Amino acid sequence: MTTRVGVIQFPGTNCELDVIHAMTQLGADASILWHGDPTVNGVDTVIVPGGFAHGDYLRTGAIARFSPVMQAVADFAASGGPVVGICNGFQILCEAGLLPGALQKNAGLKFLCEPAEIRVETSRSVLTNGAQVGQVLRVPINHFEGNYICDASTLAELQAEDRVVFRYVRNPNGALDDIAGVCNAARNVVGLMPHPERASDRLLGSQDGNVLLGSVLSACAKVS
Amino acid sequence: MTGMPSYEAHIDISHLPGVADPAGSTVERALPALGYDNVSGLKIARSIKLVLECASEAEAKRQVTEMCERILANPVIENYAVSVTELARP
Repeated sequence: MTTRVGVIQFPGTNCELDVIHAMTQLGADASILWHGDPTVNGVDTVIVPGGFAHGDYLRTGAIARFSPVMQAVADFAASGGPVVGICNGFQILCEAGLLPGALQKNAGLKFLCEPAEIRVETSRSVLTNGAQVGQVLRVPINHFEGNYICDASTLAELQAEDRVVFRYVRNPNGALDDIAGVCNAARNVVGLMPHPERASDRLLGSQDGNVLLGSVLSACAKVS
Repeated sequence: MTGMPSYEAHIDISHLPGVADPAGSTVERALPALGYDNVSGLKIARSIKLVLECASEAEAKRQVTEMCERILANPVIENYAVSVTELARP
């Protein structure tokens, strides 16, 4: 059966169609989930895409976490459903408490829009089950608040439990421990700053994102 | 309107100690160019002001503190300070 992918659209989201395009190319049935509807519509996986949800007002992700759809996303995640937050989506999942830590302004105080190399640190997550540990992927970043931070005990927990999913090969934004992505304890919720959907076609200069998006689809096959 | 007294709340939201304030440090580095080479410890914080109706000052402070915990601040990276004063009745 075709995997159903739900891509959340908040006011200000701007990467939802890119994610839908990339997922469709991989054979999925991908569609928009409107932030104001309190349901994930029975999809097999939820992607929270990048952009500037609610204008990034107050803090990135701060207002989006109270959108009606987010309670449904929390319930879906609690039942083991694969949830991935990309860039602003990562910030939203952190604000919502589905992932630990926070994303603060880049250390160099520059908006960064450039290709980045990230190393896969674990294959035990819904976003990396098809990737190899140590594999280096070329995936673009596009953010101002991508500088990951958490307290020392959370960092120790992430390291001990193999929950740092990606590290930057060359840290572009000051992120603690070079962290580019993390997962929750159950490993079914993953957030990352780089945009795999922007590395999903030869025309885009890299197809390295497909191994990640494909992993999500494989994870759905395992859940169902 | 509820007929209850009104309170004005001031909320100052700043970075937790140890959390980088890149905007603050950038501005601090810019000041010597204007001749102010005697500045240190510059921090940029956010300030929020609101008015709420409540039964008492203590209840107003409790509600605003709860707002800080739930949305106005992110306790992972931010500190907040709340002060509440009763507004004179019209």
